Amino acid sequence: MGMDRREFIRIAGLSTLLGLGGKGAFEILAPGRVEAEIIPAPGAMKAKRWAMVINQKKLDEATAQQCAAACHRVHNVPDFINPPDDQLKLDPAVAHRYEVKWLWTEHFHNAFPGDAPPHLAEEVEHMPFLVLCNHCANPPCVRVCPTKATFQREDGIVMMDMHRCIGCRFCMAGCPYGSRSFNWKDPRPYVKDQYPGYPTREIGVVEKCTFCAERLAQGLQPACVEVSGGAMVFGDLEDEKSQVREYLRTYFTIRRKAHLGTNPQVYYIV
Amino acid sequence: MADYKNEFGFFAERPKVEKKLFDRNKVIAGLVIFLVMITIPLWQNLGKTVAAPAPNLDTPAIQKLAEKDKKCVMPTEWMRANHMQMLVDWRDNVVRTKELNVPTSRGREFVAPDGKQYLASLTNTCFECHSNKAQFCDQCHNFVAVAPNCFGCHLETGKKLAEAK
Repeated sequence: MGMDRREFIRIAGLSTLLGLGGKGAFEILAPGRVEAEIIPAPGAMKAKRWAMVINQKKLDEATAQQCAAACHRVHNVPDFINPPDDQLKLDPAVAHRYEVKWLWTEHFHNAFPGDAPPHLAEEVEHMPFLVLCNHCANPPCVRVCPTKATFQREDGIVMMDMHRCIGCRFCMAGCPYGSRSFNWKDPRPYVKDQYPGYPTREIGVVEKCTFCAERLAQGLQPACVEVSGGAMVFGDLEDEKSQVREYLRTYFTIRRKAHLGTNPQVYYIV
Repeated sequence: MADYKNEFGFFAERPKVEKKLFDRNKVIAGLVIFLVMITIPLWQNLGKTVAAPAPNLDTPAIQKLAEKDKKCVMPTEWMRANHMQMLVDWRDNVVRTKELNVPTSRGREFVAPDGKQYLASLTNTCFECHSNKAQFCDQCHNFVAVAPNCFGCHLETGKKLAEAK
């Protein structure tokens, strides 16, 4: 029985591999994978520091309401003021206490308390300012959360993990912007059209805007930005070519309660 | 018999205290009733058999799949034993991305051993096929008497985001 040199080396090599690593050695070298794993989604939008610029000059009341409605629709935010069913109607005197808001409008003197001069420009006085979670660089809500249910991601988004929230509402006390809402009642019956792609919340957790983290992961702009018709701009603050930086270079912007040191990352062009 | 002494003086003999269960009948009857009460669940279910769970795979989304694609993200046996742990992993990877205390944080795309990729999402991937909670999820959950609270938030009518838009 003859064996040429090539065959000998091949058999010797394979035997060595089997001797050293057993069957597993072959499986690792074989094409394909041995185990399941989790990888980042392809096509996700990435940034070092997400930020938003809201151009109030372009924003009228109708657009602002449209932005808020789009946000609340894709995140299954309940509507306690105008419930979908008449039987669910709450006493109007207390309904606003149950209200859950991610994105809503305020007047200047409420959005920027203390910043209004005695005689504010009339146009600004009546402007609907879109307000939301500012995704502060120094978020007080994260500092006070006892369970780390709210935390800051590497890209600056102040994220909520509803699975961990125990409903202590420290974050609501910590947030100087009132951006957080508590679910006093089971929200599900009050969600008008259930948006199938996103979970609802349960009674007893705090919720707020997440800069549409789930949409960014799919490479989509936040829902409010998409329908704002250019009045809202979202992008990477660290990327000097981003539209956010371009706006910040071009226009004078203000931030809500910046003197508190939370370093809010939502900028307003007035 | 030796004298018995107590603190008051001497007795001729140790005083006889009757060793007796007072209200004997009532006590025993009470004990019997108590035992029967706490074992009622046992008596009630004696001899009964509970039907084995029969999770139903007959949903429109699964029927639409080609025969060779009719499989879960992991083998059925593995899923039966480990789906809860897998969902917890998915949750940590998706929600708590790059969080320091979750060393496994990587992303929201699940790659099965056969190389196929799935969005790691209970609402958008699992419920996409298993849209029949009562006939699928609840079957085993009720059988083993567990009440996972996933469904309090995650809508059972999963649908791909693309379709919803």
